[in-house]
Amino acid sequence: MKPAQWMFSLGAAAGLLGAPAVAAGNSASPQNTRENPAPSVPGQAPSLPDGVSAALYAISVPAGSEPRPEVVALGDKLFNDKRISSDGTVACATCHVPETGFVDHKVTSEGVGKQRGQRNSPTVLNAMFNATQFWDGRSATLEDQAKLPILNPIEMGMKSPEDVVAKVKAIPEYAASFQKLYGRAVTYDDLAASIASFERTQYSGSSAFDKFIGGDEKAVDDSAKRGWALFNGKARCTDCHAGNRVNPLFSDQKFHNIGVAAHKQNFTSLAREARSTVEAGDQKQIDELAVGSKFSELGRFLVTKKTNDIGAFKTPTLRNIAITAPYMHDGTFATLWDVLDHYNKGGIANPFLDGGMQRLGLTEKDEDDLVGFLASLTDVRYAGYAKKELARQRTLKVGKRPERDLAIATGKKTDVGDLAPNPDPSKNPASIGVY
Amino acid sequence: MNTFKSVETKHLEERDAFFDGLSRVSRRSFVKLAGISAGIAAAKGLITPAGFQLISVAEGAEPSAKPRFTFAYISDTHLYKRELNDRFVRSILKAVDDVNALTPQPDFVLFGGDLAQLGQKEELDLGAQILKSVKAPVKMMVGEHDWFLDMGEHWTGLFGAPTYSFDWKGVHFVTLMSVNEKDFWTPRGFTPMERMQTVAGLDNGTQSRFEVGAEGRSWLKNDLAKLDKKTPLVVFSHSPLYKYYRNWNFWTEDADDVQALLAPFDKVTVIHGHTHQMLTNHIKNISFHGMLSTAWPWPYAPQGLPKLTVQMNRADPFSAFDGCGDGQVNVLESGLVDKLYNLWDRNPVTVRATYTTSNGAKDMPPTTKLASY
Repeated sequence: MKPAQWMFSLGAAAGLLGAPAVAAGNSASPQNTRENPAPSVPGQAPSLPDGVSAALYAISVPAGSEPRPEVVALGDKLFNDKRISSDGTVACATCHVPETGFVDHKVTSEGVGKQRGQRNSPTVLNAMFNATQFWDGRSATLEDQAKLPILNPIEMGMKSPEDVVAKVKAIPEYAASFQKLYGRAVTYDDLAASIASFERTQYSGSSAFDKFIGGDEKAVDDSAKRGWALFNGKARCTDCHAGNRVNPLFSDQKFHNIGVAAHKQNFTSLAREARSTVEAGDQKQIDELAVGSKFSELGRFLVTKKTNDIGAFKTPTLRNIAITAPYMHDGTFATLWDVLDHYNKGGIANPFLDGGMQRLGLTEKDEDDLVGFLASLTDVRYAGYAKKELARQRTLKVGKRPERDLAIATGKKTDVGDLAPNPDPSKNPASIGVY
Repeated sequence: MNTFKSVETKHLEERDAFFDGLSRVSRRSFVKLAGISAGIAAAKGLITPAGFQLISVAEGAEPSAKPRFTFAYISDTHLYKRELNDRFVRSILKAVDDVNALTPQPDFVLFGGDLAQLGQKEELDLGAQILKSVKAPVKMMVGEHDWFLDMGEHWTGLFGAPTYSFDWKGVHFVTLMSVNEKDFWTPRGFTPMERMQTVAGLDNGTQSRFEVGAEGRSWLKNDLAKLDKKTPLVVFSHSPLYKYYRNWNFWTEDADDVQALLAPFDKVTVIHGHTHQMLTNHIKNISFHGMLSTAWPWPYAPQGLPKLTVQMNRADPFSAFDGCGDGQVNVLESGLVDKLYNLWDRNPVTVRATYTTSNGAKDMPPTTKLASY
């Protein structure tokens, strides 16, 4: 892995901010933050940056269980170690690249043997605060999450937990570390716990928006301010992406069908097939349903078997969203403008579409301002990178707009939805208590 | 030591155990096993009509609890002219899509009344036009919003007499006109629209209470006279046919008299509209089920809520569909019914015949942990 130039300044910025183990995943880099160990001390919470909630931190990391720096370092190393995959080509960091916001910028991620999965890689930043892990929420803890991709045949491809343990045991430095830190030989649980400890240091705040909400009117520009007003009104974002000081993730941590799965042309018949299959209770078919890839578009339904979860996926955090393209569970939208085009036309109709989805009547200026606001949620550590990313997206948005349907968005075609008025950009919605 | 099991793992384990047991047991113990499995799911509040455990129970249940046939319903659409309000139009279209997608198709679809918002010709015509796209036969019922502009003239022109009965697969169905009111408008010199808008208001002291009325009761008495008392009876009524909350007209003034006419029959179910909420009641021999509206949910009234009602929580104001929906009624071999609330944006809820007839002792539907409203 080649460290990008900005990586170094990123580490320095992190030092200034007192953020621990920032993007510490580069074992090739002499500037590795491991030389500057994470300040987390057992029994003592680190001082959290703006935009990271102390209340959420206390839930995610109960007092007294703060990750030990040595365990974090081990987890960091494991996170970046390709030797944990079946053919030595894939590490956690392959799809969750620390330098690029812990995502891989691929539509869907690539595992061992160049196999394509069904899901877009979500960021590790703030994942510690998620109520559930994975796009369908099938794991409740970071530990549980860490175990599954290692064993998934198209991700890291290891055969079994024993297989992983044997491989790690055979690496002398790991054998010694585990013995020293856990007082026993390598176990799969300890391995997962180490990776989870590392991930519990990847909280992220310190955005321009956090400064703005803290009272610095100049921290964001007028476009972002107008975007923030739209976000809370006409664009209806807050129905699912509400944020506040206690829960500043801009996610309701629930699962919604917004019609992305309906991009796949057969979604409706697939959903009906799935539902009647489950009702028929045929064992073989249900097994296909649960593990077969064609049913993966059913999202949360595969986990809960509840009708209302058909085609529903987790509301992701909007923090650092500007640097985690492409978007949605299947990476189907290349830019934030595509995302907004999708919402602007009320999503894609299907029988399980969330009732909150309706046309928004957003203009291009509205979308630009909303993107401006979304970009203001970027951690200052990634500010330069976000600028480049947005410039790249901006060049894309003037070309193809596959999701745009202005006839629907403006109400000229079909009859969908009443619009909220345009916002008054001179008023900060926070002044009436929305944040 | 991480002993956590993911939802998925737990589900897979539960399922494996279920099917593992299935392959090794006789039909009789399968029923038992399925019952246990469904019990576990119910205890976790996870039971849904789509769950495979539940269907297994239904297969293994007593013959009288097997479904004889199914009908669906759409109710309380409250249509305005499309140019004035397209949201309610979208809602009825969604409901029509729902019932048309049912496999197998229901034997018929009940329309539960209040097709229009203010009884206007354009509103009723729009509704009639939309309901033409329902694949199954449609049985129409009238609501007060359809009636009080022209006292039912246009509605009856479109759909025929509001009071009628029919027999289907051994069940006697009666549709009542139960939203008659005593004349409050002539003494006040109201125009037809003033009369309509008064009735359309939820909470006012001007209008009188709904009733089936002497004429309607006499018709009902006559209709039931020749019927064997063992014949299962299903009554469609827009107003609830019991006394829930007077101020909002969630109320039928002559409910006691109507119930008395139904008293001689063994199996009686009333399916009613008007209240726009999950609503369950059981009085003597009669089970009452409310229908969901496609347009909006009403909050529960401050008094008089029947104790069997499993309440729904407040709807998400951001979602035009939340708290609304349509539904199905499974008429069982016994002649009793299981009532399914197909709540949009939520998981469907079934209120079983065994729940109402046991006065809540058996088969309690899953309840929400969220507050009522």
